[in-house]
Amino acid sequence: MTIALALEQLLNGIQLGVMLFLMAAGLTLIFGVMGLINLAHGSLYMVGAFACATVAAWTGSFWIGLVASLIAAAAAGAIVELVVIRRLYDRDHLDQVLATFALILMFSEGTRWLFGSFPLYLDIPPLLQGAVALPGGTEYPLYRLAIIAAGALVAFGLYMLISRTRLGMRIRAGESDREMIGALGVDIRTLYTVVFALGAALAGFAGAMVGAIQSVQVGMGEPVLILAFVVIVIGGIGSIKGALLGALLVGVTDTMGRFLLPKLMLLFVPPAQAGMIGGAIASMLIYIVMAVILAVKPRGLFPPAHA
Amino acid sequence: MLLTRENLVNLILALGLLAVPLAANALGQPFYITLATRVAILALAATGLNLALGVGGLVSFGHAAFFGIGGYAAGILAAHNFSGDPLFFGFSGTNQMWIIWIVAVAMAGLVGLVIGAISLRTSGVYFIMITLAFAQMVYYFAVSWPAYGGEDGLSILVRNQFPGVMTMVPLNYFLICYVILLLGIALFAVIRASRFGAALQAARQNEVRVATVGIQPYRIRLTAFVISAALTGLAGALFADLNRFVSPSMLSWHMSGELIVLIILGGTGRLFGPLAGAALYVAFEYALGGLTERWQFFLGLILLLVVLFARGGLLGVLAGKARHG
Repeated sequence: MTIALALEQLLNGIQLGVMLFLMAAGLTLIFGVMGLINLAHGSLYMVGAFACATVAAWTGSFWIGLVASLIAAAAAGAIVELVVIRRLYDRDHLDQVLATFALILMFSEGTRWLFGSFPLYLDIPPLLQGAVALPGGTEYPLYRLAIIAAGALVAFGLYMLISRTRLGMRIRAGESDREMIGALGVDIRTLYTVVFALGAALAGFAGAMVGAIQSVQVGMGEPVLILAFVVIVIGGIGSIKGALLGALLVGVTDTMGRFLLPKLMLLFVPPAQAGMIGGAIASMLIYIVMAVILAVKPRGLFPPAHA
Repeated sequence: MLLTRENLVNLILALGLLAVPLAANALGQPFYITLATRVAILALAATGLNLALGVGGLVSFGHAAFFGIGGYAAGILAAHNFSGDPLFFGFSGTNQMWIIWIVAVAMAGLVGLVIGAISLRTSGVYFIMITLAFAQMVYYFAVSWPAYGGEDGLSILVRNQFPGVMTMVPLNYFLICYVILLLGIALFAVIRASRFGAALQAARQNEVRVATVGIQPYRIRLTAFVISAALTGLAGALFADLNRFVSPSMLSWHMSGELIVLIILGGTGRLFGPLAGAALYVAFEYALGGLTERWQFFLGLILLLVVLFARGGLLGVLAGKARHG
């Protein structure tokens, strides 16, 4: 094991964390403002990836595909909000879980209907192909660094949006008192649709970015969705800051765990079993971390003050 | 027992589930017997969940963990019995169903105790997500642990034995599952009507009041969660023997979702809700699957419509509103 290899894995972890943040930010925003638990968020991630792959194949440009993914995911989110989600705000969590579970079935099967069962492929844009030399002598793919940068940029943009703009002010007001901002004349129904579409666009963006390093296929959103849930539970549901720290914690823990634990196990057990035991523990590691955090702080690391 | 509308519907459901495989057997259609067995087992699993979810208001999104643990208990014991490799202390598995059931109930209950003890510290949406996460933890463990098939799952070469019964005969196996289902439903009814059940329902309706009269909601809920997990684990063992196969898919979060779906389709908290829901679900699956390859899409659509517009589920339609809820 070398330092360079560890650095590479650390960067992979951060990259995973940044993507998780894009998912988790939408989820936590939607929960914070509307009190809604949305399982179909992973489907919007998938919509983004499919839109990007299709449009990129059609026009030959990844960048047009990326814009298309934002539009497609935001549009899908807005439509779903207007038709279905809107009716769920004053229902209990059980109804929300079920209705959005039903939406997953429809989105997954619908996508398979439109695009077939074979995965689509999305090429990394020429501008971002190639690798960058890391200190220590190894090379790291430029595209993954670009993902980290894009994620950081979006995180900053989101922060500015929420803390510095009128829309952000309304979102924050919606988080602390829904009835009051309605009474003050804010069109709350439109605000909800906008927040939902914003969350959807973030998920679609993440899907498109990740689509270029994995295959674009039905069901790709589900593992990410569950990780994003772990992130917002760790961070405190409704907290964007919690989502950011939680996402980085989960991303790095998961990646480094898979890398280090099998090696760590070598100190205790023979090599044949070390890989097996280390791998098994590593695949459960983030859930163990989550259980420990919730056992100590049942409302996550940064619980919203008012809830 | 009074002959209310609900009791009548329940009786028809129970007899209907018995009549289908008997008729199928007479007509020489074993496929329908298997379908009915599936209904009975899924209904048992959902009855377990209904205790936590319907009566206790604990929305567990992780009951697939218990279902799968029950399944793996059956699979692992049978595999060791077949190969003769000792499992521990020279004990090399068994092919006796009743031992397998005890182990499945104990293991699921034990894991339920651990998961419940941590998860019940939270509530609401946190509880939903933490139970989901624990189930995923078990799922990934099963996928990445190669000793029992990992991702590929584990086959049970010969269905396990029950004294005096030829379990490979489909109708016989159905009857075993049917009797256990009825016992499970009876247990549910007894618990719900007991002082413990009253406390559990009270804790769902108003936690503070329950605490004020000197009952700790946490303990009540934990007990209910463990019993719930154990029942679902028992159903998992039956399910493994029905398919003669266990795989991580029994542990997947889709399974947890399906179990909740069964309860909602049938009617939350109702005694025969899980059976009504399971029958409806398997019938949908079968009928839609025959009509279109895209049946999951329409299943999703139907489910969505039920959640949005038909609250109370099938029993709500057939037997009227629940009298206490």
